[in-house]
Amino acid sequence: MEAKTGTWTEKKGLAQMLKGGVIMDVVNAEQAKIAEDAGACAVMALERVPADIRADGGVARMSDPDMILKIMDAVSIPVMAKCRIGHFVEAQILEAIGVDYIDESEVLTPADEEHHILKHNFKVPFVCGCRNIGEALRRIGEGAAMIRTKGEAGTGDVVEAVRHARTVMGAIRQLQTMGDEELMTFAKNNGAPYELVKETKELGRMPVVNFAAGGVATPADAALMMQLGVDGVFVGSGIFKSGDPARRAQAIVKAVTHYQDASILAEVSKNLGEAMVGRNVSQMPDGEKIAGRGW
Amino acid sequence: MKIGVLALQGDFSEHISMLKRIGVETAEVRLPEQLNGLDGLIIPGGESTTIGKLATAYGLMEPLREFGRNHAIWGTCAGAIFLSNDVGRDQPLLGLMDIRVQRNAFGRQVDSFETDLEIDELFKATGSEHPYHAVFIRAPIIESVGGTVKVLSALEDGRIVAAQEGHLLATSFHPELTSDTRFHEYFISLAS
Repeated sequence: MEAKTGTWTEKKGLAQMLKGGVIMDVVNAEQAKIAEDAGACAVMALERVPADIRADGGVARMSDPDMILKIMDAVSIPVMAKCRIGHFVEAQILEAIGVDYIDESEVLTPADEEHHILKHNFKVPFVCGCRNIGEALRRIGEGAAMIRTKGEAGTGDVVEAVRHARTVMGAIRQLQTMGDEELMTFAKNNGAPYELVKETKELGRMPVVNFAAGGVATPADAALMMQLGVDGVFVGSGIFKSGDPARRAQAIVKAVTHYQDASILAEVSKNLGEAMVGRNVSQMPDGEKIAGRGW
Repeated sequence: MKIGVLALQGDFSEHISMLKRIGVETAEVRLPEQLNGLDGLIIPGGESTTIGKLATAYGLMEPLREFGRNHAIWGTCAGAIFLSNDVGRDQPLLGLMDIRVQRNAFGRQVDSFETDLEIDELFKATGSEHPYHAVFIRAPIIESVGGTVKVLSALEDGRIVAAQEGHLLATSFHPELTSDTRFHEYFISLAS
């Protein structure tokens, strides 16, 4: 038979290879090397980490393709890059330069306030953020082959990541106890595609790989998210905004593997230097929160 | 029969599901002592650099080599890379199989593909001649094999994608991402 590329199995499959791993935000080739050496299973190439996007204000867009290509040259692990919500031309550009995964991300300024990208139109797989099961299944319906709970990026405060993971996992547990005749109403109430609601109930988990993101700053944060049931962790500002990025990156990688072993978690949490300063989400004005971007 | 799956990083839970489907007892392996009492081990797909670093950090390299001297081990994709003795770059390898592997040999993710393979050894062992549907993801190829290594399957252009050396097995592709249990059954026959 002819070899087939860009299939749903291929798209979902790469995310399955990332499970139990840490995907790290990097802004240049040097940071990408540090991340790879620390054991990252992939890197997210972007010009500014979310903490800086917050601090700088203005419109946050797709990164310079040249900078992304330099990172792709520097490491052997998969490289992801972000496009704006709904900006399918940024996605076309990222596909053309050969990134391994596109993050249609609320961290950048949305280009469309009603629609997301129709991700089935692409050969390259997409990851999208969610706060709840409805948002997750809508994104999968559009073709996202991987999901991440949003958290609140660039804060170093894990509270929203926990809220979103608990919301999603709680809904999946709720589905397990529902009769089949209740699923259409669940789909209606959550704004979720019915077939994906059915599939989620049958699988007892999200139909694609589900990572946590947005506020993970310590090995304990990463293990907390793993124990809440996610498949892996994105760490954005938490590593390269800390005192000793290489050491913290290694510690978080170990914490995700040994997330159930408190004595190893204690060991890797020692002497990591300063964590990123962080911002308390509960004291943040609503207008500064970005998790609400996405429809 | 109890088969361990190296659970440092990657799609270990997919292998565990496949083993359970064919009625095999399983265990996740993250630390050396968890190798005790196992009849065989699968090293899953994932990132070979990540798996190698974690295996080194937790003292698994020598115990895994020792285990592989008299037990069956099967590496899929990253696992095949980890079993090899040469990948042309500096990263931790078990060096148990006399194979030279090239990472990401087909390009990037947009070049990942699915195709059907003829694998006579597998068809003979399982009594099923149905073509084997293989999923390759940022896959490596086996560039060359040493003396006692048997080539199980190659693509039409001759590039090797599955090889066996005694009780050691390496595949570039991911049987754990399909619903076809033949490769897992074949591995169990090596572990018996």
